[in-house]
Parts: sequence; C-alpha cells; structure tokens
Amino acid sequence: MKLFKLSAKDAIMMAVFIAVVLTMPIWLKPIGAGYPDLLQKFAIFGLFAIGFNILFGLTGYLSFGHAAFLGVGSYTAVWSFKLVSMSVIPAVIFGTVLAGLFAVVIGYVSLRRTGIYFSILTLAFAQMCYKMAYSVLTPITNGETGLRVLRDDPRVVDAMFGVEQNAVPVGELFGINMQGYPGFYFCAAMLILGFFIALRIFRSPFGMMLTAIKTNQTRMRYTGFNTRPYLLVAFVISGMYAGMAGSLMAVTDPLAGAERMQWTASGEVVLMTILGGVGTLVGPILGAGIIKYFENIFSAINESTLHQAFDFLPDSIDNVVVAIISPFVGDGWHLTLGTLFVVIVIFLPGGLVDGISRIRKRFSRKSHASSTTGASEG
Amino acid sequence: MSDLKFTRRGVLKSGAALGAAGVAPSFFVRNAWAQDFTNNPGNGSSVVLGFNVPQTGAYADEGADELRAYQLAVKHINGEGDGGMLNTMTPLSLKGNGVLGKKVEYVTGDTQTKSDAARASAKRMIEKDGAIMITGGSSSGVAVAVQSLCHEAGIIFMAGLTHSNDTTGKDKRKYGFRHFFNAYMSGAALGPVLEARYGKDRNAYHLTADYTWGWTQEESIKNTTEALGWKTTAAVRTPLGAGDFSQYITPVLNSGADVLILNHYGKDMINSLTQAVQFGLRDKQVNGKNFVIVVPLFSRLMAQGAGENIKGILGTTNWNWSLTDAGSQAFVKSFGAEYGFPPSQAAHTCYTQALLYANACETAGTFYPCEVINALEGFKFDGAGNGPTEYRAADHQCFKDVLVVEGNENPSSQFDLLQVVQVVPRAQVEYDPAIFGGELGTCS
Repeated sequence: MKLFKLSAKDAIMMAVFIAVVLTMPIWLKPIGAGYPDLLQKFAIFGLFAIGFNILFGLTGYLSFGHAAFLGVGSYTAVWSFKLVSMSVIPAVIFGTVLAGLFAVVIGYVSLRRTGIYFSILTLAFAQMCYKMAYSVLTPITNGETGLRVLRDDPRVVDAMFGVEQNAVPVGELFGINMQGYPGFYFCAAMLILGFFIALRIFRSPFGMMLTAIKTNQTRMRYTGFNTRPYLLVAFVISGMYAGMAGSLMAVTDPLAGAERMQWTASGEVVLMTILGGVGTLVGPILGAGIIKYFENIFSAINESTLHQAFDFLPDSIDNVVVAIISPFVGDGWHLTLGTLFVVIVIFLPGGLVDGISRIRKRFSRKSHASSTTGASEG
Repeated sequence: MSDLKFTRRGVLKSGAALGAAGVAPSFFVRNAWAQDFTNNPGNGSSVVLGFNVPQTGAYADEGADELRAYQLAVKHINGEGDGGMLNTMTPLSLKGNGVLGKKVEYVTGDTQTKSDAARASAKRMIEKDGAIMITGGSSSGVAVAVQSLCHEAGIIFMAGLTHSNDTTGKDKRKYGFRHFFNAYMSGAALGPVLEARYGKDRNAYHLTADYTWGWTQEESIKNTTEALGWKTTAAVRTPLGAGDFSQYITPVLNSGADVLILNHYGKDMINSLTQAVQFGLRDKQVNGKNFVIVVPLFSRLMAQGAGENIKGILGTTNWNWSLTDAGSQAFVKSFGAEYGFPPSQAAHTCYTQALLYANACETAGTFYPCEVINALEGFKFDGAGNGPTEYRAADHQCFKDVLVVEGNENPSSQFDLLQVVQVVPRAQVEYDPAIFGGELGTCS
C-alpha cells in the first residue's frame, strides 16, 4: 500500500505523536488539565487547527471564516442524532461531508481573490452563516437556545432496531457512551487519523504544489499551471477537517449553538495556528492546546485560589502578589493570552515550534562545541 | 522497504499498547467512583459547590451580584458572618457548621451567557474540581443547557436567574430546581395591573430577545394581554446582546401601536429602553392615548443602568430589597454589611438556592442526589423573603407571591429605584404543571 508508506523519520514522528496523544490523561494531570472535557477539547481543536493549517500553512491563504464549517459540522451531527441514530458514525460522516459541500461553495467564490480580499470574503460568508443561524434559520438551528437532542426525536434507524433512549440521549459507538474518557479516545483517534492525512498531504506532490502557490503563485501560472483547482481542493479539505471537528464537538456533547460560527471562533483558530507555528505539522495542535488550556484553567483561577497558593508568604506580601497576578487570571485570561501572543509573534515569528527548534539548535551547538573543546584537550 | 514497514507497524503497535496500558488505571478509578454517586465527598472534611455565573457579556452585572451572594451564602452556611437568612428561614436543619459537618468550599466559572461555554465550565467543575452541585446562571438558554448536562452527570443543578417557562416546563429535569419565578407568572401577575392602568383597548408591539426566555415571555404576556382585549400589532425578535436597537425601535413609531413591550433583560433592556425613550416614544400620543412602555421582567440592577428612563414603567420582579419581612431584611443587612450596597433579585434567588440545597442535604442526612431531591420536592418554607413558598414536586418550580413593581418617580437613594405596586398572591399565578409538557425523568 503506497498510500500508507512513510519515511523512517515520519514513522517515528507518527509513533511519538500517537503515544503522546493517547497518554495525555496521564501527563496532563499534574498541570490540572487531565480531565475528559478538556482532553476532548484538546483533540477537537487540535484537529480543527491541523485542517486550518493545510490551507493557511501550505497555501498562505488566510481564511477568516473557518468557524462556519465548524458550525455546519456541529449542526449536521446534531441533526443526524435527531433524525438518524445516536450512533456517532453517521454523525461524523454527515458533518464532515456537508461541511465539505459548504466549503466547495464558499471556496469557489472566495478563491477568486487573494490576500486580504480572500480573508474578508471568507469572514463575510462566516458571519452570514452565523447571523442566519441566529435569526432566519431558527427552525433549523433553534437560534440562541441552541439545537439539542430530545428524547422524542424520530431517529429512524434507532427506531427500526427498537433502541430506547433515556431523557437525555447521548452519542454512542457500538453501545459505548461518547462521554468522558471514551469520548476523548474517539476524538483522539480522529485526531491521529487527521494528523496522518495531514502528514501525507505535506509530503505529497500535491502538498508541494500548494507550497509552490504560497511561494509564488504568479510564476506557477506562467509555467502553465492552473492553480485554482489545487487551492479549492486544499480549501475543501481544510473545511472538512473543521466539519469533522464540529461534529466531534456534537458527539461529545450533543448540542450545537450559533456562537460556534462567530468570527471570534474563526479568529481563535488563526491564533492557535500562529501561536504554534504556521506551516508546521505539530505547531497548530500545540497552539490549540495552549489556548484551550488558558481558556479553561486560567479563567477558573479566582482571588481566593491565589490567596491559597501564596498563603506561605506573609499577609502583606501575599496581598501585593495577588493584586499583581489577579488581573491576568480569572476573566482576565485574555490579557495573559494576548501578552503571550505578542511576545511570540515578535520574538518567535515561527511560533512555538520555531522556539523549540531554536533551543534544540543552541543545545546541539553547545554540545558540539564542548565536544570539540574536549577533543582538543584530550 | 518491507522491513521498514514492519518496524513502523511495530512502533505503532507498541505505541498504542503503551498508551492503552498507561491509561488503564484512570479507567478503573473512574469506574470505582461510578458505583457510588458522582463526586461523593466521602469522608473528606469539605464539600465543593460550583458557582457558574456570567462574568462577561450582556448579563455580567447580574453574574457579579450572583457571585457575591454565593460567597455570602457559603460564609453563612459555614457559620461565619451574622448568619443572614439562616436566622429567619423555617423549617431549617442547617446548624451553621457547614453541611453535614463538612466545610463548604466553592469553585467559580464564567458562563459567558453562551450555552457552549457554560457547559464547558460546568463540566470542568464536575470532572476536575469534584463539585457536588452546580448553581447559577442568568440566562434561560444557559440554564436549560446546563440543567440537562447536570441531569446526565447525576449532579444537582440549582438554577440561578432564569425566567423562561421552559426551565421547569418542557425542559424540566429531575436534577434541576428553580427558585425564581417564570414568564407565565409575570403575565398572570401583570395582567390585572395593566388593565387597571391602561384599559382594555390597546395595541401592543413586542420586542423580544431571540432565545427560549424571550419566546416564552412573549407568549405568556401575549396570552395575558390578548385575554384583556389588547391587540398585538407585531412581535419582533432581536438578537441577544445586540447593543444597538434603533433599527428595531424606528418601525414602532409608525406601526400604530400604543404600547411597547420589551422582552429584554440585562444590558439589552437598558439599551433598548434608553433608546426607546430617546426616540421620544413616551412623549407620543397614539390613537388618543399616551404611549407606554412595559418591561415584564424588571430588576434593580437594570433600573440603575437605565437611570431616569425607568420612571413610571411597570414590570414584575421576584424580589426587591425594600421588602420589610424579616427574611429580606436579614439578607439585605448582611449583604449590605459585606459589600456596601443592597442585593439584586439575582443575588437573592442565588443566595436562597444555595441555602435550600445545603438545607436539603442536612435534612436528608446525605449528599446522595436522589435523597436530596426527595428532600427538596414538595419542600415548604418561609422566611426567605417571599413569604410562604413551596418547591412543587411535579415540576421543581417554586411557588410564591409575585411583585408587580414600577420605576420610582421620586427615589430617595440611588438604590431606591423600584416601588412595589402590588404583591400578587401565589394563588393568582399558580398553574397546572401539565400545560407546558416535558417530563422530569428519573433519578438514577
């Protein structure tokens, strides 16, 4: 199977990635992030960011409307739960496919322009979807209240097999409820699959073509390539990733709200990608993890937790320290994130992955240097 | 190439096996807990409550006040401070030494007035912080979403400020309880007063917040006013947190309506009312009658935000700090002493909810949710600021008197903004639990 062939280096990377993802519940516990809901978020937004990076990282086209696909995926998955079955398989498939179809339409129009005009077009489409979900499409989306799965929904396939649901139905895979840890492992499996596909795309001639578009599209055109089909395919693939992430959100929590489509959600995935490292494989996942960690853990720290943490200090110093730190935690977590973002963009334009490789380089140079000095001494 | 493929497979397999093996312990731990009930405090010396309130967004003011009330309630339950309503509530099992001898601790979260964020934060409290009960919220959309999450998780949810009929109507849950009143009760209480003030021949124009609360309030008020003989000119839905309502208010001027009903709350209501007044609606004469504005759900925090514009406007409220019964006074006194200003109705309902939950655990002698639910269902109490109150077992809705209030024309202080027009007795606002449908489900 040529499709599954990886170079030795990539195979090791893939193996390490799988091990790291599957052991997340263990190594994230000490920093307070090892609980199912947040782990699911890490996997889901990691997937979202990988997909976004296929478009932004490879072709350089900055889409500001990717949340629309996330929302479409969520709504479709919930409708699949309502109409077809509580099984997650059709939900994920429908969510991904419908998001792909949306991506074909939006991509076909938006890709006629480049640069800022492309960004604005995608943003406009996403805001249109958001506003529609909020107002005119209320019969489909249930507006601000959010679309929920109810006990008396038809669910034709389940009804055929006579599956009874309790008051609050939950998504399931062959009888396993997709909540808590099983839900995380399902999302993790999807993340690994998504990562593998992204890896293949990065290493393929198609990926090369996309990078060429990023480098110099005009030259590509002069050499006789029609770049638009390639761009559209990249756009659709990344839209499908977003749709899959959206449907996974519905899988782990059968509810879809319009706020998932808001421009802030689109902006978030841009931040994730830039924070982690544009155009790198693991960068976006790293960025997604950090942002979700901040959102869930930093936002929950309040003054009393800070006082508890610093109560080994004398009272006066304790109060000063808490007064300094408290604006940066709790509802001020955006401030911390913003500061971090500014620092990274200024000092590490390649994102965190760039930082890691710089550190690694410095260390290897040092060890190299020390080994040479050692040699001269010996 | 084939041996490389083999190695890769081996690496993949061992990686997966490593992951699975490493993860196994956490699985077993989880199952061990499941045999008991979720987040059983066991023999620990403390118990954790989760306060999930909006700290950002259109309802942030209410959320901040709710959090203050919860912190006060925790103090009182743990036996600190002056005890507040613990001194006035009857019957009461709490002894001022925590709950069942365990000290009450709390964690907080931001609902952002979004269902997604609220559920994520509630999940964090349940899964990570081990909260035994979740309470709070200032939006019915959030309350409904969090309530069903808590029902799934087997955690009791004591709803904060939520006024939609759905919360204890079609979306009611065995694990969810609401002390606050609802839109149906607002309509039933407001009807006779509207008739007495404005007569039987009116044309109403609704502006409605576009989510579950707005929908049910619009429906309830419409039913009431149409029963009086009023006509409904139009009912327009506005997005939550719109900020600028001018595009919705301009059409009201030429619609022929002579009453504007604002089914808005929080900052939305402040903005829409202020703009309606700026557009001169209240100075107009339509069909030979003075144009009037009605805000069915009122709160002192909103009145403060809307300033002068609130004067003479009718609405209903769950509670107001100016009430003179012993329970209200005890609460206002300890809240005032702690924070320097009187509490809002959001603070009152949250404070009461926290006390009611703690009391039910104490009465039941356990934190086991099904027993606590039994203790809460049909619980009759007094001295919590609303007179005799009952937690109806059929839908987990509290029944008590409702206040019809009016924006004070001559406020004596910056907080004295609402004047009680009428205390509508419980009998007038009661309804058959079957009218909204829905089912509680069972406790497992």
